[in-house]
Amino acid sequence: MALELYLDLFSQPCRSVYIFAKKNNISFDFKKLSLLDGQQYGEDFGKISLIRKVPALRDGDFCLAESIAIMLYLAEKFKTPDFWYPADLQQRARVNEYLSWQHTAIRMHGSEIFCLRLMIPKVMGVEIPEDKMNAALDDLNSSLKLVEEKFLQDRPFIAGDQISLADLVAIVEIMQPVGAGVDVFEGRPKLSAWRDRVQEAIGKELFDEAHQYILGAQESVKSMDSSKMQVFKPKILRLFM
Amino acid sequence: MATGRLVEVYLDLLSQPCRAVHILLTCTKIPHKVRAVALRKGEHRTPTFTKLNPMQKVPVMVDDGFVLTESDAILKYLTTKYDVPEHWYPRQPERRARVDEYTAWHHTNTRPHAAKVFILEVLLPAQSGSPVDEARLNRALSDLDDTLDKLESMFLRRQPFLCGDDITVADLLAACELTQPLGGGRDVLKERPQLQRWRSRVQSAVGEAFDEAHSVLYALRDRRRARL
Repeated sequence: MALELYLDLFSQPCRSVYIFAKKNNISFDFKKLSLLDGQQYGEDFGKISLIRKVPALRDGDFCLAESIAIMLYLAEKFKTPDFWYPADLQQRARVNEYLSWQHTAIRMHGSEIFCLRLMIPKVMGVEIPEDKMNAALDDLNSSLKLVEEKFLQDRPFIAGDQISLADLVAIVEIMQPVGAGVDVFEGRPKLSAWRDRVQEAIGKELFDEAHQYILGAQESVKSMDSSKMQVFKPKILRLFM
Repeated sequence: MATGRLVEVYLDLLSQPCRAVHILLTCTKIPHKVRAVALRKGEHRTPTFTKLNPMQKVPVMVDDGFVLTESDAILKYLTTKYDVPEHWYPRQPERRARVDEYTAWHHTNTRPHAAKVFILEVLLPAQSGSPVDEARLNRALSDLDDTLDKLESMFLRRQPFLCGDDITVADLLAACELTQPLGGGRDVLKERPQLQRWRSRVQSAVGEAFDEAHSVLYALRDRRRARL
């Protein structure tokens, strides 16, 4: 049985896994899942992921959740080039540090903006109070500031001279608010230059392919069936309101 | 092996991730120096500390000039650099993946949900002088309950430890988070015999290091009890 990756490219961690696998020519069975259509609640998927989240990996009998764990597992199994997750202790620690920090920082804040700016108002029809939106934008700005000042500093990439999993995980998260129409790169030349380097290292074609859905989100919400979102409404409202 | 300077860790034992790092260091006997940072006195916001860590958080590790933040990065660094038993962070890919899976999941599950209970029951009332917000506390307890369900069904299942037959850094992170509400006199595992047994196994595996790391938290609990 081939390696299976269960992914929905609307989701940031799915994009990083997709890009990583494709870039490294890892052959996999692309199991597309639509979260908005509730496909994560299917019986079969429940056997692979108890918590019904994407991305998920199945390699023979071995099932794994969490994008970071998945990418580290793939890096080791397929012996991907060292720069993705350097063997050097300190460089690896730098990558781990970013991967750890980002869960409750850029990932959280970028997701919140996407929900507040797009999903909740446009799909659920609930208006966001201005102070709530501003607070969320402040949070995102603080996280972006830390990415620039603490994680990048004057380095071309987070861990040094070459791209690593840290940059990959960072870029997919930062693209999420962009999908909601918030241009986080405007007025941030350092971040923009880093983005250009990351895109080049990944390859523009692959980068664009992975991001086509999220960048088309503002268009696609227009035709989105709001009744589908009702199942997410209580959870999202509780998280963000 | 590096000689001379000991690895330094900036810790406040009231902080859950700090305790996980402390327990690993004590248990594995890695030579180290603890630099105490009193969060309640704002010592994490001084200019000196901010220069060390602009995020103003603990734990921070300094190893011969190399500064590292984030407890899971620190734990993985220490278990790799020093000659410690392999079970802490296994090398076999599938076993290691299980630990990586937990340490990632921990950030948005065990950590925030257990911490929230402590914050609502102990920290906020102490800081503001107001009574506990019962509605928010109930929501927090419900979220934590959800997390505990997943800890049992997704990770622990029929295994002795969260990621397999042996204790790993994942168990340290989880156990330290789940003891935090004890500072307010609440044992969140009271109705959970399976997780209680797991906690006992963790305590046995690390020995005295567990109570040593939790001494400040226990003292807080005892002081609060005495006041009632």
